[in-house]
Amino acid sequence: MIGQLDSRLPKGWETNIADAWTNHKFDMKLVNPANKRKFDVIVVGTGLAGSSAAATLAELGYKVKAFTFHDSPRRAHSIAAQGGINGAKNYQNDGDSVYRLFYDTVKGGDYRSREANVHRLAEVSVDIIDQATAQGVPFARDYGGLLDNRSFGGAQVSRTFYARGQTGQQLLIGAYSALMRQVSLGTVELHTRTEMLDLVVHDGAARGIVCRDVISGEITSHSAHAVVLATGGYGNVYYLSTNAMMCNVTAAWRAHRKGALFANPCYTQIHPTCIPSSDEFQSKLTLMSESLRNDGRIWVPQQFSETRAAGDIPEGERDYYLERKYPAFGNLVPRDVASRNAKTVVDEGRGVGALQNGVYLDFADAIARDGKDTIAAKYGNLFDMYQRITGEDPYSQPMRIYPATHYTMGGLWVDYELQSNVPGLFVLGEANFSDHGANRLGASALMQGLADGYFVLPYTIGNYLADQLGDAPMDARDEAFVTSMTEVQQQTDWWLSIKGTKSVDYYHRELGKLVWDYIGMSRNQNGLEKAISEIPALKEEFHKNVRVLGSANTLNQSLEKAARVNDFFELAELKARDALHRQESAGGHFREEYQTPEGEAQRDDDNFKYVAAWEWAGDGTPQNLHKEELDFKYVKLTQRSYK
Amino acid sequence: MGHDLNLTLRVWRQEGPNDRGRFETYKLDKISTDASFLEMMDVLNEGLIENGEEPVIFESDCREGICGTCNLMINGRAHGPQKGTATCQLHMREFSDGDEIVIEPWRAASFPIIRDLAVDRSPLDAIINAGGFISVSTGSAPDANLTPVPKAAADSAFDGAACIGCGACVAACPNSAAQLFTSAKVQHLNLLPQGQAERWQRTEAMVETMEQFFGSCTNHGECHEACPKEIPLDFIAWTNRDYLKSKRKNRKLAGQG
Repeated sequence: MIGQLDSRLPKGWETNIADAWTNHKFDMKLVNPANKRKFDVIVVGTGLAGSSAAATLAELGYKVKAFTFHDSPRRAHSIAAQGGINGAKNYQNDGDSVYRLFYDTVKGGDYRSREANVHRLAEVSVDIIDQATAQGVPFARDYGGLLDNRSFGGAQVSRTFYARGQTGQQLLIGAYSALMRQVSLGTVELHTRTEMLDLVVHDGAARGIVCRDVISGEITSHSAHAVVLATGGYGNVYYLSTNAMMCNVTAAWRAHRKGALFANPCYTQIHPTCIPSSDEFQSKLTLMSESLRNDGRIWVPQQFSETRAAGDIPEGERDYYLERKYPAFGNLVPRDVASRNAKTVVDEGRGVGALQNGVYLDFADAIARDGKDTIAAKYGNLFDMYQRITGEDPYSQPMRIYPATHYTMGGLWVDYELQSNVPGLFVLGEANFSDHGANRLGASALMQGLADGYFVLPYTIGNYLADQLGDAPMDARDEAFVTSMTEVQQQTDWWLSIKGTKSVDYYHRELGKLVWDYIGMSRNQNGLEKAISEIPALKEEFHKNVRVLGSANTLNQSLEKAARVNDFFELAELKARDALHRQESAGGHFREEYQTPEGEAQRDDDNFKYVAAWEWAGDGTPQNLHKEELDFKYVKLTQRSYK
Repeated sequence: MGHDLNLTLRVWRQEGPNDRGRFETYKLDKISTDASFLEMMDVLNEGLIENGEEPVIFESDCREGICGTCNLMINGRAHGPQKGTATCQLHMREFSDGDEIVIEPWRAASFPIIRDLAVDRSPLDAIINAGGFISVSTGSAPDANLTPVPKAAADSAFDGAACIGCGACVAACPNSAAQLFTSAKVQHLNLLPQGQAERWQRTEAMVETMEQFFGSCTNHGECHEACPKEIPLDFIAWTNRDYLKSKRKNRKLAGQG
């Protein structure tokens, strides 16, 4: 049972936030350089947050064991991020500053994040750019050889550093190369094709993990002084999202079942410009970068169930609905507003495309105005990607787009030092809940993952480890580990024993439909209550009727997926409860009952200005709620309006 | 909207690394031309599971052509018939009704088969281990704009950095050489000012590690044709030059020279 939530905010942050992190670094305990090698640290996940953390901890002298279920650390889904990374360098001399980036991020999060955490994020953003450049990340340069910037996500300054449309890839390759240097030096023991399936908690602290080798099926245990999870977001609970096929919530969820609080699961970000589904066997949705909305015009036909091709619909019969409803921001309204509007017009029967499941993003005017070459120079790779997937030429006909799940602001609860309520468990990157509040700004996910891994955890972990100097890590053959290993083996074997009639993917797809319909872009009490009853019912059917063929001691992808989908079922139920209890609209959580007369999200700061941190209460029992009240000393809380 | 295809698939099945392996033939009807190749494989697998047969193991992750996980030989071509396209980006409109499609894993001695279409590509990571990095510990970096990088150098470095580590170059090469992969990574770092301090050490170590696992390059150029990122052969030439330069004057130990 958890007592008061203590976020351990830095001393004096309320009056001097600019020095709070610097002072806190001085206040935290240090581990002497010669003593660091006495500490074992486990890092699970090797994306931006995991690779940067593992590399940095090893550089400092800690003994690190890094785990990924991929064949190589570089396969993590951070690799697919397109747009860019924010850094408050003010190289463009246009008024950017650490304080402005901090302010923009808290406001963009719809006032549901911790100011102290976010200010620190803005402070270290400049160091990240330096580190990445030094590693050889090929950021875009202007002709003088200096770094280029672009505008992103509606910010009024140009603070985004980018590497063509592949910034995530290049940043990950930088962090991965730093990690591999440590592997070659012997300071990191890298375990690939190894999936974490349990956290071992003993005497009230995280002591290690239990894993399964996905090739041989062997269950192994690993103990350490501290465990770091950097295992990404849970967008695949929707089945269709911009996440990769293997992305899942399992490592975080198993930690949750062992006592780690899970915060704000209802805050999920739906990105407005993705390529719509083309058929029932769509396996994932592909992102089209937000930058396209700078030049494309969004529209649908005026007529319902329109059958004419886009080119045959005259101007007078087109509804440029964002321009119509929001004259001031037009096509550049924030992501949540654009997404909800797209859903409304498609639901009412004005969707475009063969399945009538999209809206148009039209570049005809931009091409007429600037010429095809200019548009190609700006968006060439994105237009190619679109054409490969749809077979349609966006230079001559409008792109079809539709919103898709993209990022999850919710995650495991952590304090200011990125430690969970379970001592010794640290959580980084998208896997934690902390910095983005109810809505993440564009170009900030890359920033947060690397901030956590390069510049926060390496300092804060010492504060925890220093007290354990002289203690050996638990023996990995201890009863606590053996019990966990036995359970993991039993669970794994159980999936094979059910011998039902439907595949794992079938249940994942059905779950995804429920979650998208009831806990998607727009939620209401009725739908959420239905979700709370239908999701467990579908899970029961899954447990009775799933078919997983083959055996456990070989590469068996269906077997791996069964366990991941099971964790998605449990998370989905918590998501519905979280969304039901939060009787306001904020960021990515939109409740139809709580909107302004203009149809915008309406927050209830008096009653809901807190983090909802949920505590596991056992199988079949809903989680207990713990509230972390949020205090805003610097950013003025206002109602968002875009007209 | 697409139309439907009826296809015959000949798929390599292999229980484990020591199993002989064989081709299995599957008939697959009503595949939409809008579906991706891997979505077609998903359909195949759902059908197999329904029939009580184990699904075909094949690897994929991002399904957007950036992670480098997917790796199928399709009708004898690494990643299939479309240039500059990874397996996951290939769509069924590239095929015709009635086609027979042969689907195999990457065939290379250094990529042993794990099961069915999944192979072990860890030698690629061994090459990166040997020197595919710039040694700069966190926190020791100077201001990012301190070192101007000529735009052309940044652009060329990017072309090498764009390698997704899929191994198609190895699979397509008659000699199973890994020159394109290795050179792309070597040149990404060697072309940049930040990479100069370790340029010779990196070149020798990565090339010599590569040669422990892979065949020799005899300038076929199949690698570039198969590469989903169309990495140019120039990088191989530049890396050969860097290697020679390093060896000739022992630049690795004697300094820049």
